[in-house]
Amino acid sequence: MDNTVIRIQDAVVSYREDVALQGVSLEVKKGEFIGVIGPNGAGKTTLLTVINGLGKLVQGQAVVLGLPVNGRNGIKLRRRIGYVAQVENIDPRLPINVRETVMVGCYGRLGLFHRPTQAQWEAVDKVLEMVGMAHLSRRPIGHLSGGEYQRVAIARALVQQPEIFLLDEPTASIDPQAQREILSLIQLIHKEYRITTLFVTHDLRQLPSICHRLILMKEGKIWKQGSPESTLQDEILSQLYGAPVSIPSKSTIAY
Amino acid sequence: MQNAILAALCGGITCSIIGVFVITMHLSFIGVCIAHAAFAGALLGIWLGFNPLIGALVFSLASAAIIGPMADRGELNPDTSIGIVFSLMLGLAFLFMGLMPGARTEALSLFWGSILTVSQENLIFLTAVTAVVIGLVAAFHKEIQAVICHRQVALAVGIPATLVFYGLLFSTGVTITASLQSIGGLLIYSLILNPAAAAYQLTYSLRRMLCIAVAFGVVSCWAGLAASYLFDIPSGASIVITSSIIFGLATAFSPKRKLKRWQQAQLAG
Repeated sequence: MDNTVIRIQDAVVSYREDVALQGVSLEVKKGEFIGVIGPNGAGKTTLLTVINGLGKLVQGQAVVLGLPVNGRNGIKLRRRIGYVAQVENIDPRLPINVRETVMVGCYGRLGLFHRPTQAQWEAVDKVLEMVGMAHLSRRPIGHLSGGEYQRVAIARALVQQPEIFLLDEPTASIDPQAQREILSLIQLIHKEYRITTLFVTHDLRQLPSICHRLILMKEGKIWKQGSPESTLQDEILSQLYGAPVSIPSKSTIAY
Repeated sequence: MQNAILAALCGGITCSIIGVFVITMHLSFIGVCIAHAAFAGALLGIWLGFNPLIGALVFSLASAAIIGPMADRGELNPDTSIGIVFSLMLGLAFLFMGLMPGARTEALSLFWGSILTVSQENLIFLTAVTAVVIGLVAAFHKEIQAVICHRQVALAVGIPATLVFYGLLFSTGVTITASLQSIGGLLIYSLILNPAAAAYQLTYSLRRMLCIAVAFGVVSCWAGLAASYLFDIPSGASIVITSSIIFGLATAFSPKRKLKRWQQAQLAG
């Protein structure tokens, strides 16, 4: 039985005159944990947006969870895909708290005209417990540190009961201790739920150790892919980043 | 006078609700632009002799349809594009007014508002819009909260966020159109902004923010109406000054400017 959950063929994505992805092809099996690395502007985030239907394909095709990625299926797909972006500035006066923010993850599947049930609120509380944020459930979302916010974002993605987990530089702009905690949490979630995961980072020190495969992107293309052992080599990485790079020692790795 | 009281109630409710969404999404300038578009459309109606409400509605919805994608896609600096649309609408408004033959009494009353002489037709329209806005907010509260607080996240979890966003923009246009005659084209935006901005200072709960904004909006309208009736001063201006005073007081006494209990506890160690 084919357990391919993501199949992208010759995908091209452009933003006006900039071509962000050039003829990218990729297959991902169910339960895989894939690291996507590369310099800024390599097309890593764009690759994730092709998978969840937010990026518009100019050429090529993509089939995710059995559905062709197009305008019609975009919303259906995103309800089954958890997406965590990097930390951004949040207005401290926003009228929404942590618990409500996590519940937003359920709204897509819940649909219009339906209110969250008691069972769903209990599921939210359980996930908050899991990510270590239950004690801050009533805190306004704009009053969290970067690390706390990312825990909430992960919780929000988890309550969706996603079949695919897309993490776009989730540890960027947060302190080293919080980075360690977030990476541990992500690895714990994968061990527990075996969700197909794509983890994007430009910082090699933030690469989870449980990656089954690494995709190296450069200038909108997949430049190389393979096991971490075969791809994480000084010479390969130096070519990827266009500057001398050495593999981080275990002591400098966040997790 | 009964019509004026009802118009003040409905205008206060609807403008305040819309104001909460506009403030939270940081779209104040878009709202100002839509208000001036409605104003220009109404003046076109007066000049050409058709119902100004229709002109206001068409222009406000058209401007929302033009500005929405600019703010949505972020391709241009949205402030620049919206500023251009704003100045175009203002220019059109003054053009239509300049081309009007004879006395421009009806046009001038659209500037300042005439809540004391609001027409039955306008009142029915305003009441209907109020009922629809309240209904939509009640029906789609969770989607609206998700979209106004973080539109990208709402999109990512499979909420029809773009539809909700444009629904809010069009609701802004319809609300402005319905309130134009009573509050006035130059001042309508203050009634949308001030009560909501005041409520924003006082609570982190969206439900409470809506209730507080509505209370402030209705109080502003009724107090302004009373001042207008008692002291023979322009009603629109009275309403706006009252709402501005409320905003000032809310800001001065805002709990969001003080340390919270949990912050004090942290400092105490």
